[in-house]
Parts: sequence; structure tokens; C-alpha cells
Amino acid sequence: MIQNVIISFLLCALSLTGIAQKKIFTKTGIITFYSKTTVEKIEAKNLKALAVIDIENNKIEFSVLIKGFEFEKALMQEHFNENYLESDKYPKATFKGSFDEAPVLISAAQDKIHTLKISGSLTLHGVTKPVKTVAVVTVKNKKIRATCDFIILLSDYSIKIPAVVANDISKTIQIKINIPSFQEMK
Amino acid sequence: MKKIVLVFILCAALTQVHAQDSTMLTANLEDKVTAEKVTGTFKSTRVINAHSTEMLHKGELDFRIMHRFGVFRNGFKDLFGLDYASMRMSFDYGITNNLMVGVGRSTILKDLDAFVKVRILQQTKGEKAMPLSLLVATGYIVTTQESFAPVKPTFGDRSSYYVQLIAGRKFSPRFSMQLSPLLVHNNSTLNPTDDKTIFGLGGGARLKVSKRIALMVDYHHAIGELDKAITNPLSVGVDIETGGHVFQLHFSNATGMNEKGYLTQTTGDFFKGNIRFGFNLSRIFNVGRKRKAS
Repeated sequence: MIQNVIISFLLCALSLTGIAQKKIFTKTGIITFYSKTTVEKIEAKNLKALAVIDIENNKIEFSVLIKGFEFEKALMQEHFNENYLESDKYPKATFKGSFDEAPVLISAAQDKIHTLKISGSLTLHGVTKPVKTVAVVTVKNKKIRATCDFIILLSDYSIKIPAVVANDISKTIQIKINIPSFQEMK
Repeated sequence: MKKIVLVFILCAALTQVHAQDSTMLTANLEDKVTAEKVTGTFKSTRVINAHSTEMLHKGELDFRIMHRFGVFRNGFKDLFGLDYASMRMSFDYGITNNLMVGVGRSTILKDLDAFVKVRILQQTKGEKAMPLSLLVATGYIVTTQESFAPVKPTFGDRSSYYVQLIAGRKFSPRFSMQLSPLLVHNNSTLNPTDDKTIFGLGGGARLKVSKRIALMVDYHHAIGELDKAITNPLSVGVDIETGGHVFQLHFSNATGMNEKGYLTQTTGDFFKGNIRFGFNLSRIFNVGRKRKAS
């Protein structure tokens, strides 16, 4: 009887760790966005993006705090939070998606460059819209890195640009994601 | 056999729980924000006349042009007061995010003024929240207009000093309020019996009506012996913000645009029709070194 109990506990423990090892995550993802017009070039960076890839269940998730985006001009950052993204009301931007071709075999043990199509939905400023992109996941010396970029339309996320600054802010925003290092989730 | 089945069910149940602990996988990774700065309490570093809880950021230069016109009630004869403009021009600069300085000159009495403003407490929210922002501003004003008095006033006689404490809070994204007690010391007074040191109980508030437009009110109640003609300054207006500009349009009984001017030299009661149109125009330039993204 005691043996049985021990075995069952071990099995349960195994089933937990077994899943955990197939997830990779980061707390230091870098998300940069760019708005380029002839009048003004705007760039902001967030160094604390959270990301989880559940390889076994083919799930990708990102979460980032809007207030964490840093601008060169402090006043621009304030207006970004107060007037455009309304970060008190919508503090986070999130992405939920999956790889188009599953299963993907990302493993820290095997050096490889994976080019992977991703589909999902991006929630920004309280609006959720579908997003498609291609990510490059590089595994080298047991280090997993990833980069990806895509373009969004401000009007899709009901972010309004007043007429007086219409020439300063691009209607399309380029978003670049760079994850210098994934860790295995334990 | 039964036991094995049970074990498997148990394992399955456990993994289920493990997967469902949150709708977001990233939820487990989130750090708790214990103190997040509350920003945008006011649109500008001045409510209307008084210093607000806002500061310039490091390296920002604020060029301000302020106008106060004649009384509105004379109508078209004076083009609603626009015929009589007085002006103050100033340059304010943010040395750090918590320290700024400014110099200004008013056409009224050819006043020159300079001030230093420091933030002592910053309002934050989160677990270790700070409920309010606390700032102190102190300044010096000198009247440079030529005097025709039989005994010429000395440089000291022309001088005034002030210190103002500003305690403000952003109560909601729309509503902010501040209390700003002000102490003004004039080295010379209009009447010999007037108090040289006047205390002003000040208050200001903002109510945002849209993302870029806010209603403003600014009032100071003077306590101390002043000439009978002197009244308390009250201003009401709107703030309109467009990128690096803030336009503050308002109606006020005060023409003074420095602390001595509005607290101890305002004449005419707001509620008896002594209302003037005025505006402040603020343009912010980034002149300091580029901020490094940390």
C-alpha cells in the first residue's frame, strides 16, 4: 500500500514537472515601436515585456505594461499614457496566439534557427484584433533567442490622433519584439 | 488495477489545475507594482496664476507668454478689454525632474521675477501609495519701473519675496485639486498701515472635460491688512493642450502675473463685473541632453 502511495505521488510529481519543462518564458523581453513621419520620428522602448511559450500546447502569450514604455521626450511619454493609450484605463497590452504549424520542436539542447509563422490576437487600448507575423527563434549554445516584427494601424485600436498633430504621428506603427534570452519554466 | 486508474485520474486532475490557474500564462510572472508615479495632475506648471503640482522634466525649457487684458464690461469701446494688454514673458527650465527654476518679466511695473521650485513628495499609487504631491516654490520680485516719488525708493524698497507650499492630489483621471498657501513679503507698501507680510490661502482645481481640454479654477484669499481697493484674485478658465503647447484661456480679476502682483495688487471684485480676459501660452522645448532609455 505504502509503495502504491509513493508511486502515485511520484507519478503526479512527474506529470507536473513534465509539463513545466516544455514551457519557456522571459521577463525581460524588449518591445520597441516606431512612428515615422517627415515631421517627427517617435520611438519608445519597453524592456520588461513578459512572454511565455507553451511548446507542448502550442500557446504563445505576451503581456506588457503600457506605462513601461520609455520615450526620449518625457512629455511625449506623458501624453502617450494620458491621451493616446489611456494607461490608467487600459494598463496592459496582451497577445495570445499560436504557431501555425504545430508541433514546433524548440529545444535548448539543439542548435537551430526556426522560422515560424504565428497567428493570434493583440489586445491594445481595450480593443482586440487579429495579428499575423513571422518569428525567428534562434537556439545557440543552449540559449533561446527570438525576434519578430509587425505593423498595426492605430485606427484599428481606436487610438485617435487629433488633427493638429496629424502630421507628427504615423497612422501605422511598426512594432519590433526582441527576446534576448528565454528561460525554461520550472 | 483500480488504483492505477485512480492515480491517473488524480494526475490528470492535477495537471488540469496547473493549466487553469490563470487565464493568462504570463499572469504568474507579473511583479507587483508597489509605488507607481501618478502623472498629469495638471496640464501645466501653473494652475492659472499659481504654481501647480506639475514640474518640468529634466532638460525641458518652457517658454511662457502670458497676457491679461482690460475689463471685459466696457464692451466694444475697448474691444472687450483687448485694447489694454499687459504681459509677462518667462523662461522656466527643469534642472532635474524634481527641481526647476524660472525667470520672468512683467510689463506691469516692469517687474522682474525669479523662482526656484522643488518637489518634496510625489503622489504614487500601489501598495506603498503616497496620497499627495508636496512642492515648495520660492521667489524674488523686483519692480524696475522708474519712481517719481520725492524720495527715490532703494533697491531694497522695490523688492518682494514669496514662498509657496503646494499640496495637491490627482483624485481621479479627470479631477485634481491642490491647496497652495502663499506668503508674500513686500518691503514697501501702498499705505503705512498696510502689512508688509501677507498670507494667501490658495487653492486650485482641474476638471478634465476631454482628453485635451480641462476646466480650471484658481483662487487666493489674502489675510492681512491691505489697501481697501485690493481684492482677492479669482480666475476660471480652460486649458487646451496640443502636443508641446498648452493654451490656458481664462477670465480673472487679477492683472498681476507674479505672486506679489496677483496676491497684493489685484483691484476689482470678480463678482461685481471686474472680469478680464487673459491667456497663458506655454511651449515646451527639449534642450537638455537626450534622455537615456534605462
